[in-house]
Amino acid sequence: MELMLGDVPWIVMLIILPLMGGMACFLFPAISTALGLLTSLTIFTCVAGLSWQLQDAGAQRYAMGGWGAPLGIDLYADGLSLLMLVMTALVGLGISVYSSRYFSRDKANHFWPLWLFLWAALNALFLSADIFNLYVTLELLGLAAVALVALAGGAQALTSAMRYLLVSLLGSLFYLLGVALLYHSFGSLDIAILAQRVEPSPAVWVAVGLISTGLLLKTALFPLHFWLPPAHASAPAPVSALMSALVVKASFYILLRMWLEIFPIVGASFAQLLGLLGAAAVLWGGIQALRQTRLKLLIAYSTVSQLGYLFLAFPLGTSLAWQGALYMLLSHAMAKAALFMAAGNIQAVAGHDRIAELDPITQHLPLTLTAFSLAGISIMGLPPSGGFIAKWLLLQASIQSGQWWWAIILILGGLLAAAYVFKVIGHVFTHDQPMSEAKEVPATMEWTALVLALIAVLLGLFTSWPLAMMEIGSPFGGGYSG
Amino acid sequence: MNWSTALPLLVLASSLLPGLMIFFLAEERVITRTTLNLAGALLKIVLVGAMFWGILHGQHFETRLPLLPGLDLVLRAGPLSMLFVTLSAGLWLLTTVYAVGYLEDSPYRSRFFGFFSLCVTASVGVALAGNLITFVLFYELLSLCTYPLIVHRGTEVARKAGRSYLAYTLCGGALLLLSTVWLYTLAGTLEFTERGFLSGLDASVHPQLMFIFALLIAALGVKAALIPLHGWLPQAMVAPAPVSALLHAVAVVKAGAFGIVRVVYDVYGIEFATSLGLTLPLAILAAATIIYGSLRALFQDELKRRLAFSTVSQVSYIVLGIALASPLAAIGGLLHLVHQGVQKITLFLCAGNFAETLGIHKISEMNGVGRRMPWTMSAFTIGALGMIGAPPLAGFFSKWYLGLGALDADQAWVIWILATSSVLNAAYFLPILYLAWFKKPPASWPAERSFGNKETAWTLLVPPVVTAIMTVVLGLLASAPFGLLEWVRLIVIRGYAQ
Repeated sequence: MELMLGDVPWIVMLIILPLMGGMACFLFPAISTALGLLTSLTIFTCVAGLSWQLQDAGAQRYAMGGWGAPLGIDLYADGLSLLMLVMTALVGLGISVYSSRYFSRDKANHFWPLWLFLWAALNALFLSADIFNLYVTLELLGLAAVALVALAGGAQALTSAMRYLLVSLLGSLFYLLGVALLYHSFGSLDIAILAQRVEPSPAVWVAVGLISTGLLLKTALFPLHFWLPPAHASAPAPVSALMSALVVKASFYILLRMWLEIFPIVGASFAQLLGLLGAAAVLWGGIQALRQTRLKLLIAYSTVSQLGYLFLAFPLGTSLAWQGALYMLLSHAMAKAALFMAAGNIQAVAGHDRIAELDPITQHLPLTLTAFSLAGISIMGLPPSGGFIAKWLLLQASIQSGQWWWAIILILGGLLAAAYVFKVIGHVFTHDQPMSEAKEVPATMEWTALVLALIAVLLGLFTSWPLAMMEIGSPFGGGYSG
Repeated sequence: MNWSTALPLLVLASSLLPGLMIFFLAEERVITRTTLNLAGALLKIVLVGAMFWGILHGQHFETRLPLLPGLDLVLRAGPLSMLFVTLSAGLWLLTTVYAVGYLEDSPYRSRFFGFFSLCVTASVGVALAGNLITFVLFYELLSLCTYPLIVHRGTEVARKAGRSYLAYTLCGGALLLLSTVWLYTLAGTLEFTERGFLSGLDASVHPQLMFIFALLIAALGVKAALIPLHGWLPQAMVAPAPVSALLHAVAVVKAGAFGIVRVVYDVYGIEFATSLGLTLPLAILAAATIIYGSLRALFQDELKRRLAFSTVSQVSYIVLGIALASPLAAIGGLLHLVHQGVQKITLFLCAGNFAETLGIHKISEMNGVGRRMPWTMSAFTIGALGMIGAPPLAGFFSKWYLGLGALDADQAWVIWILATSSVLNAAYFLPILYLAWFKKPPASWPAERSFGNKETAWTLLVPPVVTAIMTVVLGLLASAPFGLLEWVRLIVIRGYAQ
């Protein structure tokens, strides 16, 4: 063995593996589940390898095929990318395990190739070093996601999928126009080169506007969130989980990258606008979640609300605030995936997800309801949980910078979340007769939800590793300033 | 990790681990569950005893787990912590014995005892917390673990009480979090320190500190049931009797009062808080709560509701004692932290016995109950007399020191408050004693269960009798060497510079 473990090009493997896995699942549908699980495990190992590599050697740039930028395609991995990759690997593995028992044979044949293609797109997106590749991966991601939403079948799912397709294409189009403008003005697509060349001009302003609009539409920031609840709620449970936990985070990641590298010039007023929209999302999403009568819609609106928190970091702008936002992103991914999986289990047992009629079902699913409650703790931001740490960091950042109004939003958002989470949990404590003709749920599906929820909780106690990971290559241009 | 860093964690684990195991036990495994419960409770007492022994021999118990850069989770066994830990550990054992008997044959016992253990873990965590963030963590955990116990019966009333409890405590928790972060940004530390860690801050932030103090009192006042934040407490009495007992005596309400003590003593420092003019308003608020709670208690016919309003009133004695900013009054307040717990748990356990054995829920149904259940009623009588403050029972000493402290602090009006409250206490407890001992029992009780020739099951009888005896002993031995009084005096003296 010539190849040392530290020299393995984990970056490339992370993109090629899921693509190959997806292809294999497509070609050999009879064993697609086994292939899918195997691929997921391998990706997980690769991410572990990459994180080991990065901790050792710092941020990595990799030129595909030996051609460097500006001619070839560059891949780049720093702490920010790594965080997203780790999050995707953890949730992705959970989704694969859950799906291995969730789908019928027929559906599974469609699911696995699409899911692995989507995973490949996600990984490639988090590793892209230029804004055109980001466009390509974003488009791939959108198409795979639309197909997965449509997988549920039925008129409602198809309508939601169609609407989601239009939104997704529109968002990518806006983004592409912005990219074209930037390329025209500065002659490069590479983020690092653009970061050096870019200077204030009307063209940049328009480009920033276009790119941001496109990405905000895809991230479903209030008031562009209208497509999210129906799309996330009508999809099959594991698809809802991956949509809410991962897919919306991808466009947020691009925005964050751009913001940190290329857009520092756009100034404070735009940041305040993003913060304002984020605050509106937190409150509006929370209120809407509280008003829902269907469990999956409630969870979907909760996503709208939680995504709003991420945007509160823009007006704060300190590295503390970015850490808070990323911690929120990470723990939300775990918790939200667990919530949707729990909802999937409930739906599998009850045949419906009407919150008011949950009483007779809860007795059948103690593990699922435990998962729901634990994930709920993180969503509410109560200690000990990842959501609490995120909220603590954001609160600290907002009080430190004297912008205390964001702190009030954080507090109110937490209370709204508590209200809608306990609206569901309240149905656990009942002495109703358990439903007699309940179907069984495979234990794997219950345990997957529980493990993800536990990770969300444990993120509240073991913070040093995620926080250290974010700092690799110092993407926020400064250390922790506590 | 050596003995002195491991012990605080072990004290937590002795209820956490049995609790987690109990969740996974099948409903019918009564013996395993009871063994786990009692083993955990006994082990905790042994561990707390070991901690005491260590402290007396000059050992220092502290556990630090890094949470965020510059911010640790800290468990530390100081004198004030030990006061609350001992109270929790002792009363937990008794309440567990009681709960085992009380919930015999009722459904969902694994769930109940699981959360019951978590609840005690959270209380002990609140007691041992060595800085404000650790306190916040366990305080919130306590809110969450208590909810399933309050709604345990699953009826619409119980769920409504649970919702109201959550609404109050989570809002309080949110304020607590906000003020904690704010303090951290101002002071850069959250470590509980004798005489506080804020007095060194620049005078320009004093207005902010005053505002944060108000936020903290509002946040902690929810659990301590200060008016107007007490609304959840009387509703929460729909919970099963052992839960009410724990809620009123050690867990939730006490956590709030204990938090106020912490904030005044170890965050602000009593002298700094007084110099900011924060203690007098707090004393007035506490005094108002004392009178209001007693007045409301007077008009309740439901026994547990009357006891609940009595708690509203009695817990504020602790706050009053702290807020008077006199060492003597503080001794009274801290004594009451223990005394109120022991006395109130007696009363609630007795109320549970009346309900379980005879189906009595209302005071108007209690005619002659003393003849049917003499042991229970005797325990109840001792608890009630203690609450009124009759010498030589425990409650007398709290009130005595509070009164001395009021004079010491030149706040003579407090004497009037104490006197009025004692009269009101007598007015709502003595009629119960009269009905129970001197009226003729009715021909039949609302829902009588037979226990052979005993008045009730022994698991239900022993705990309240023990706590009643403790009420007497705490009073008689108040000033014995190594007694409660000496210990409390030590805590208070350390809070003052002189």
